[in-house]
Amino acid sequence: MLILTCPCCGVTAEETEFHGGGEAHIKRFGPGSSDEDFHGYLFEKVNPKGVHFERWRHANGCGKWFHAARCTVTLEVFGTYSAQTTEPPQDIKDKISAKRPGWSWREFA
Amino acid sequence: MSTRLANGGRLLNKGRALDFTFNGKRFKGVEGDTLASALLANDQMMVGRSFKYHRPRGIVASGGEEPNALVGLGEDAKFEPNQRVTTTELFDGLTCTSQNHWPSLEFDIGAVNSKLARFLPAGFYYKTFMFPRPFWKHIYEPFIRQSAGLGKAPRDRDQDSYEHFYAFFDVVVIGGGVAGLQAAKAAGQAGAKVLLMEQTPHWGGRAPVDGGTIDGQPVDNFVDQIVSDLETMENVTLRTRMMGSGVYDHGYVLGYERVSDHQPGAKSPRHRLWRIRAGQIVTATGAIERPISFAGNDVPGVMLASAVRDYAVNYGVSVGDRTVVVTNNDDAYRTAITLKKLGLDVPVIVDARAGGGGALAGEAAALGIRVENGKGIARVKGGKRVEGVEICTQAGEGAALELIKCDAVAMSGGWSPVVHLWSHCGGKLLWDDENAMFRPDGDKAPTGADGKRFVIPAGSADGYLDLATVLENADVAGKAAAEATGYVPGKAEAPVATPETAAPIEAVWMMPQGASIKLRMKAWLDYQNDVKVSDVQLAAREGYESVEHAKRYTTLGMATDQGKLSNINGLAILSDSLSQPIPQTGTTTFRPPYTPISLASIAGEARNETFQPLRKTPMHAWHEENGAYWEPVGAWRRPYCYQKPGETIEEALHREITQTRDSLGMLDASTLGKIIVKGPDAGKFMDMLYTNMMSTLKPGRCRYGLMCNENGFLMDDGVVARLDEDTFLCHTTTGGAENIHGHMEEWLQTEWWDWKVYTANVTEQYAQIGVVGLKSRKVLEKLTDDDIGGDALSFMGWKEITLTGGIPARVFRISFAGELSFELAVPASRGRELWDKLIEAGAEFNVTPYGTEAMHIMRAEKGFIMIGDETDGTVIPQDLGMQWAISKKKEDYLGKRAQERSHMTDPTRWKLVGLETLDGSTLPDGAYATADGTNANGQRNVQGRVTSTYHSPTLGRGIAMGLVLNGPDRMGDVLDFPKVDGTVIKAKIVEPIFYDKDGEKQNV
Amino acid sequence: MSEAVSALKGASFDGIVTVEEMGLQGMITLRGDLASPEMKKAVKDATGLNVPEQGHIAGEGGNWVAWMSPDELLLIVAYESVSDTEASLRDALSKVHHLAVNVSDTRAMFRLSGNGALVREAIAKLCPVDMRTEAFAPGQFRRSRMAQVPAAIWMPDESSVQVVCFRSVAEYAFNLLKGAAAPGSEVSLFS
Repeated sequence: MLILTCPCCGVTAEETEFHGGGEAHIKRFGPGSSDEDFHGYLFEKVNPKGVHFERWRHANGCGKWFHAARCTVTLEVFGTYSAQTTEPPQDIKDKISAKRPGWSWREFA
Repeated sequence: MSTRLANGGRLLNKGRALDFTFNGKRFKGVEGDTLASALLANDQMMVGRSFKYHRPRGIVASGGEEPNALVGLGEDAKFEPNQRVTTTELFDGLTCTSQNHWPSLEFDIGAVNSKLARFLPAGFYYKTFMFPRPFWKHIYEPFIRQSAGLGKAPRDRDQDSYEHFYAFFDVVVIGGGVAGLQAAKAAGQAGAKVLLMEQTPHWGGRAPVDGGTIDGQPVDNFVDQIVSDLETMENVTLRTRMMGSGVYDHGYVLGYERVSDHQPGAKSPRHRLWRIRAGQIVTATGAIERPISFAGNDVPGVMLASAVRDYAVNYGVSVGDRTVVVTNNDDAYRTAITLKKLGLDVPVIVDARAGGGGALAGEAAALGIRVENGKGIARVKGGKRVEGVEICTQAGEGAALELIKCDAVAMSGGWSPVVHLWSHCGGKLLWDDENAMFRPDGDKAPTGADGKRFVIPAGSADGYLDLATVLENADVAGKAAAEATGYVPGKAEAPVATPETAAPIEAVWMMPQGASIKLRMKAWLDYQNDVKVSDVQLAAREGYESVEHAKRYTTLGMATDQGKLSNINGLAILSDSLSQPIPQTGTTTFRPPYTPISLASIAGEARNETFQPLRKTPMHAWHEENGAYWEPVGAWRRPYCYQKPGETIEEALHREITQTRDSLGMLDASTLGKIIVKGPDAGKFMDMLYTNMMSTLKPGRCRYGLMCNENGFLMDDGVVARLDEDTFLCHTTTGGAENIHGHMEEWLQTEWWDWKVYTANVTEQYAQIGVVGLKSRKVLEKLTDDDIGGDALSFMGWKEITLTGGIPARVFRISFAGELSFELAVPASRGRELWDKLIEAGAEFNVTPYGTEAMHIMRAEKGFIMIGDETDGTVIPQDLGMQWAISKKKEDYLGKRAQERSHMTDPTRWKLVGLETLDGSTLPDGAYATADGTNANGQRNVQGRVTSTYHSPTLGRGIAMGLVLNGPDRMGDVLDFPKVDGTVIKAKIVEPIFYDKDGEKQNV
Repeated sequence: MSEAVSALKGASFDGIVTVEEMGLQGMITLRGDLASPEMKKAVKDATGLNVPEQGHIAGEGGNWVAWMSPDELLLIVAYESVSDTEASLRDALSKVHHLAVNVSDTRAMFRLSGNGALVREAIAKLCPVDMRTEAFAPGQFRRSRMAQVPAAIWMPDESSVQVVCFRSVAEYAFNLLKGAAAPGSEVSLFS
C-alpha cells in the first residue's frame, strides 16, 4: 500500500486516503475536434513500465486533486505536484532524470 | 513413550497445573506449556490424520512451521479449526479435538487411501476425474467434496472482539530472538523509535536452548539483561505474542497480536492487527530446521531435532526414551548431547556425512554416544508410533544394515533462513551452496517510496547460523536501520559470543541417496498435503518443470503451513530430477501472511453494526417505527414501502399510490444530493455540466437537467434551483451526491482552474420532504402563513417560507409523481419535527407516507426516466427522446463532442418507448424483445429490452418502458417478450407516458 | 421555541475513555482566498480568530476555525449564532469571490476525553493517522477517514480529541468510537 504526500495540504498518508484518477496531463478535446484527436483524448491512455505521471485525489482528506510522478516497476515516488499545470514542473523532471537517466513519457523527457 | 521429565522446563511454572481435554480425554499440563508440549507430556504421540491418505501423524516441530498437529480448538462460539498446537498456549479448561478422520482418530475409514496410495499419485485427481464428463457433477464432485477440507467450519457466531491499530515507527524489528534483541538495542541506542515484536510469549528465541556464551555469560542471562535494558529505553516498544505477518509496499507491516488467546474470558480484544508504517524493517525471523526425506519420516515420533531439544529444555518433556538422531550437519548433535545429559538414551547418531561432524561430534562421542558416519535411515518401523529404524549406507539403495529399536527419531536436514518477510515485498534470494540454503541477497532488497531499501535481514534470517556471527550481523543491521531513518548509531560494540568450529553441512535431500521407488513412495516432503519424493519426481517426468507448476500439480507447499518444512526439500528433489542446479529451479513466491491469521482480525471493527456505514435520514426512526420495509440505496436505507400489520407489499404499494393520487402522500426525499455552485462563473460552469442551458435560469425558478460524462453517456439528473444571481442549488440522485460533487470538483480543479466557482456538498444539511397530491397545498397552508398559491409559487418555482414553530424552509414546486406537489427542505435538525407536524396536519386528508417503490411506479406512470433503470452507462439522452433537454445553442458541454461520434448518431440505436402488455400482466424486468433469425452464436436476435416495469395501481395493469429498435416510429407494433419459463408476453409499443399526458394535475 | 435536535441527542459512553456526541454545533463552510486581507479580516470579525496555518485549527471551547483545504475553512460557532456569523461574513466578503454556507446540520461532532494516551489510542484504532505526541498535537487539524467514513480530528487539549463526521453516519461513528473505547482494549503504546 503506497504512501503519498498531498502537495495541497502537506499530509503524508496511506493509499486509503487517496483515490487514483488515471493518467495526468491529458489535453481535453471538445466540439470541433477531429475524430482522431477526440478518440485519443478519450481512450488512448499510456500504461508504461517505469516512469509515469498520474492524477490522484486526496479524497479522504483535503479533497484536492494533485499529480504524482511515480515508477510503476519499483513504486518509487519521484514527487507530487499541483494539478493546476499542463506539464510536469522542472524540479520533478530533474529528480527523475537523476534517478532514471534517459527517461521519457509522452512528449516529456 | 513421551513423558514429562522430573527436571527441566525453563518456560514452565510447575507450581500451577492446568486441566485440558483432547478428544474428550482429560489431561493435565502446567502453566507455560504449549498445547503441543502438554500433549507430548501425556504421551499423545498421534494428534491427527493427514489430508489425503489419512495417515497417522504426530507433532513434528515446536513452532509456527508445524504441518501436522492442527486441532479444532474450543467449542460452540469459541470453536476454531486448524489451530496449531505448537503455537497454542495452554490454558485451564482448554478443549480440543483432532481433525481429518472418521469415525475416530484411532480407527479411520479414510486410511484406506493410504493402502491405495500407489493408485493416488500426484495429478491423480486431474487425470481420473476428467472423463466421462457427466460423472463429474454427480459422482466425482460429491465424493471429493465429502473427503475434502481440513477441519470443520465453526457454526456459531464468533463472540470475541477484534481491532486494528495504526502505528508508526522508525524501525520495526520482527523477531525477538538474540538477533532481534540486539538489532533493536543497536537501533534504539541511536535514538530511533523502535518496535520489537516476538510471536511467542518469550524473548530470546532458540539461543537459550542451543546454549553457548555471550560476553562470558550463559545465553539466558544475556537475554534477561538485554530485555531489561530495552525496557528502560523510552524509544523502544517491546511486544510479545505479536507476529510480523506481512511486509508490503512503502514500509507497511502487519503485526498480528494475539492479545488474549491465552486468557479466554478476558475483556480485551482477542486479536489486534497492527497496521504499521516503518521507516526500516529488520527481519530477525530466525531459521527453520528442515526434515530429511526417508521412508516413514512421517510416523508419529519422528521429529525435527531442534523440536526434540526444545521440548526437553523448554518444557521438560522427553519425546522418547530412546531417540535416534539422524543428521547431515553438526547442529543435531546438540539434541543428542542434551538428551544424554538429561539421562535419556540415544542409541545412535546417524550422520549422512562420510567425514562426520566437528567439535560437537567430539563432545557427543565423549559422552559415549555411538556415531555412525556415512549412514542413513532406510526406513522407520512402526505405524501409529515409532518402533525402530533400519540403518543403511547413505551412498547405497537402502539395504538394511541394522535394525535399531527406538521410540523417537530426531532428524535434521540443515537450516533454512526464514526469508518470508524479506521476500514478501520483492527482496531477492541467493543460493548459498556452502550452507545449502537460500539467503537474502543484500543487493536486491525491497525498496520504498524513496527508492531506497527498507528491509534489512538480521542474524540467522540472513543466513548466519552461529551465535557469534548472528550477534555481529544483528548489531550491524540495527545500526544500519537507525542510520537509514536519520539517526547516528552509537559506538557501542556488538556483544561477543564464543565462536564454534563446526564441520560443514552436506546437502542431503534423500536418504539413502539411491532410495528405491518403494522407499521414495514413503518418503514424505509435505506432511500436511501428503506429497512424497516420488510425487515431485513424477511431476518432473510429466513435464511440470517450473517450480510453480510442480507446486500446483503436486500440491507441495500449498497446505496451511505453506511449505515451511517442505519447499526447499521439494525443489531440491525437483532440481535433482531435472539435473539442474537449485538456483536455476528457484523458489515459489512467498506471500503473506507468514502463518495464518484470523479472518476476524482482518475484519477488525468491520463487524456487526459497524460492518459498514449505514446512512440514516433525520426521519429514519419514524420509518422504522412505522413498518418500513427497507431498501438499500447506496449506503442509505430508504423505506421501499410501509407495511401495515397484515398487509402484503403489493397491498401496501397499492394503498400508498392510490391515497397519494387521491388525496395526500409524503416522501422522505432527504437522501437526494444537494450541491451549491457559486461564483461569477457559476452560470458558465453549469452550462458545461448540464446538457441544458442553465445560465438563463432565473433566480426563484427551477429547471430539470441532465448531466453526461465526456463519453456522452447520461450519468445523473435532477432539478436545479437558482438561489441568486451567483448561486445554483443542484439536486442529484440519491446515489450520485458524492460522485457528482467529486465530478464538479475534478473539472474545476483539473481543467477550468481559472474559473471563479466554489462548490459545497450540502446534502445532509437538509431534511427534504415531498408533500404530494391533491391536498398538498391545503396541508401546507395549515403550516405556514406565507403565500404558496399558484401565483405566488407557480410550477417549477421555489421560495423561502417559514413553517409553524419557526422552521425555516425552502419550498420547491416540483413534481416527480405527476401530482400537485411541494418539496420542503428544512434544516436536518428539524426534519423529524416537521415530519411529525405534517403527519398530524395531514390526518384529515388521510396523509400516507410512501416509499421508493411507490415513487418509482408513479414516475413510471408519468414516463419520467430513472437513472440506473433507463440508463446503464451506455445510454445517451437522445436515446431517451430527451432532445428537449439538450441545448442546441451551447458551443460545448461535457459529452457534447462524444454525442457527435458516428455510432452515437446511428439511427438504429434503441430508443425509449412505453410498453403495454396485451393481457395486462406485468413484463419481467430486463426482458428482451425477440426478432427474427439468429445471430452468429445461434442465439435469437433481439430488438429491444425492458428498462422499467411495474404493475400500475392507478391503471390497474402492467406498464413498462423499454429501449426498442426504431421504437418511436413503430407505435402500435406488438413485440414478443419470452419469459424464463418459455412462455411469451406480447406487448404493444406506446408513448412512454401513461397518466395525465397533459400534466394538468401537477399544474394546479 | 426551536426543537432542533442533533443526530444522537448527546449520547455518551464510558469506556477506557469517555465518548460523547456534542449536540448541535454551528458550522460554516467558508471558501475563498485564505491569504487575502478581506478573508483574514472577515474571519477575525466573525469569530475573533485568525485564519490558521495549513493543517491547523485556531480557537478554543466552542469557537474554532479549522483549515480544511487551501481554499476552505470550517468555522465552528454556537448553533444559535450561526446566522449572525454567516451574515457577518457575507457583508465582509460581499466584494470578493467566496462561498459561505451553513453546514451546521450536515455534521455530527464527538468528543473523546479522559487519559490523553488512551484518547490517542482510541483514534489510532480507527484512523490511519500517526497519533504519537510528536506527530499530532493540540493545534493540528487532520482530515482523514475513520474506518469507512471521512472524518476530521483535532485535540482541544492533551486529554481530549474532537471528531467531526457527516450527520447521516453519526450512529456508525458512535458505534466505532464505543468499540475503540471498549473496556479492556488498552493498547498501552502511548502510555
